Amino acid sequence: MSLFDIIGPVMIGPSSSHTAGAARIGRVARQLLGEKPVKAVISFHGSFEKTYRGHGTDRAVVGGLLDMPVDDERLRRSLKIAKEAGMEVTFRPVRLRDAHPNTMVVEAVGEHGKRVRLQAASIGGGRIRVQYLDGLEMGFSGDKITLVIRHGDAPGVIAKVSQILADAGINIATMRVFRTTAGGAAAMAIELDALPGDGLTAELRQLPGVRDVTLLSPI
Amino acid sequence: MFENSLEALVRLSEGVGLAEAARQAEMRETGAAREEINKKMETALRVMRQSAEKGFDPKLHSMSGMTGGQACRLRQAVEENRTAGGNYLGRAAARALAVAECNAAMGKIVAAPTAGACGILPGVLLTAQEEFGLSDDQLRDALFVAAAVGDVIAARASISGAEGGCQAECGTAAAMAAAALVYLRGGTAKQSTDACAFALMNIMGLVCDPVRGLVEVPCVYRNASGAAGAFVAADLALAGIPCPLPPDEVIDAMKNVGELMPASLRETGEGGCAACPSACGKKVD
Repeated sequence: MSLFDIIGPVMIGPSSSHTAGAARIGRVARQLLGEKPVKAVISFHGSFEKTYRGHGTDRAVVGGLLDMPVDDERLRRSLKIAKEAGMEVTFRPVRLRDAHPNTMVVEAVGEHGKRVRLQAASIGGGRIRVQYLDGLEMGFSGDKITLVIRHGDAPGVIAKVSQILADAGINIATMRVFRTTAGGAAAMAIELDALPGDGLTAELRQLPGVRDVTLLSPI
Repeated sequence: MFENSLEALVRLSEGVGLAEAARQAEMRETGAAREEINKKMETALRVMRQSAEKGFDPKLHSMSGMTGGQACRLRQAVEENRTAGGNYLGRAAARALAVAECNAAMGKIVAAPTAGACGILPGVLLTAQEEFGLSDDQLRDALFVAAAVGDVIAARASISGAEGGCQAECGTAAAMAAAALVYLRGGTAKQSTDACAFALMNIMGLVCDPVRGLVEVPCVYRNASGAAGAFVAADLALAGIPCPLPPDEVIDAMKNVGELMPASLRETGEGGCAACPSACGKKVD
């Protein structure tokens, strides 16, 4: 807890959950995509679906996809900015099972063809929780430095990853691991106390079975 | 941070004052340097000031079109001496409304403690600065006092309308502003926490009933009203009237009332003002 959770955050209104949280979800999707998005399909569930226009949730999430922070005054004009940049944006309603009332699914395609599909909830006060990434269960907040590693399920991958972090003297704050089926697609979301260098993410990418490594800065 | 207690906060402030006690707690909690923390609060103050200026734009309007441009109207009435509540109160209410309307129009604001209640602290503090010729450093320190009080309420009860109704949002903001006002007017730490309790007591039970589920009606007007409530609470305490109940118990009572509220009156847009036939008749977007 910090006093700046009470006097703060500095943000674009009107709602910390429906605007600031939505912008953060968009920005996490942008970081995971790792390149400029050219196309996005955003599906709103629950309260998001009912009130997204009035709360500017649509503008906020697109602003986030354009890498704007929560206090960026361009958020209000993001739909226009996206259009001018040639980004195609579609909004649609969705009904998800067992999802928080403020949940959205962001599907984005980058300029070099990279794709990302993210399901995340805005859980209050601008805080978010990323629930699924490309169909794999997740569970991180975006508050901390987060390593997202997608890999094949095989013995020893988790041990090797944590060994590399340990050798670099980086403490793991939280770590979650998921897989679809035994031997199938798997993922790790690791929240770190310190920022790893470029060399370290490159080393992680070299590990056998590792498909993709993304380092998210706190959003 | 303050043992989740206003009584403890008063004790911790002995010898150093409330603002310094709050600053030291933040330094301990986050490991940040004094200068860094001061700068951060000064930034918050600057954004508050900018949002108040922006909110007076007569052409400002929200995405839904339900709010915007009314703060300018209230300020004009104050300037033309057409108010019933006087100049000082009128200016504070107009400023609070301006910031809240700026928020509804997707402007930049400081959540204090939430976006929905963001007008109350700037409305009260910036107007007190004008009235009493206070420095920016004094206002910054008053924000630390407000934050400390808000932190105790957040830890002990809730500052979310979905959990505790509007009393938890505008009520907390008014309580924070009242404590800060007492500090600025030279009251004691005990008087600051008494003012906080008076503000919460006087607004207790206020429900969260946003029309169409948007942070607009009645939210922006409750920011104006919350600012006025902060002055009354501060004046009661500054006059030396002791709060008849311990401030911590008043916070607990606010929490309890929030828990008793039906879901329809906790930010679902189903009860209260949101259930007015005319509000229901409006197109849901």
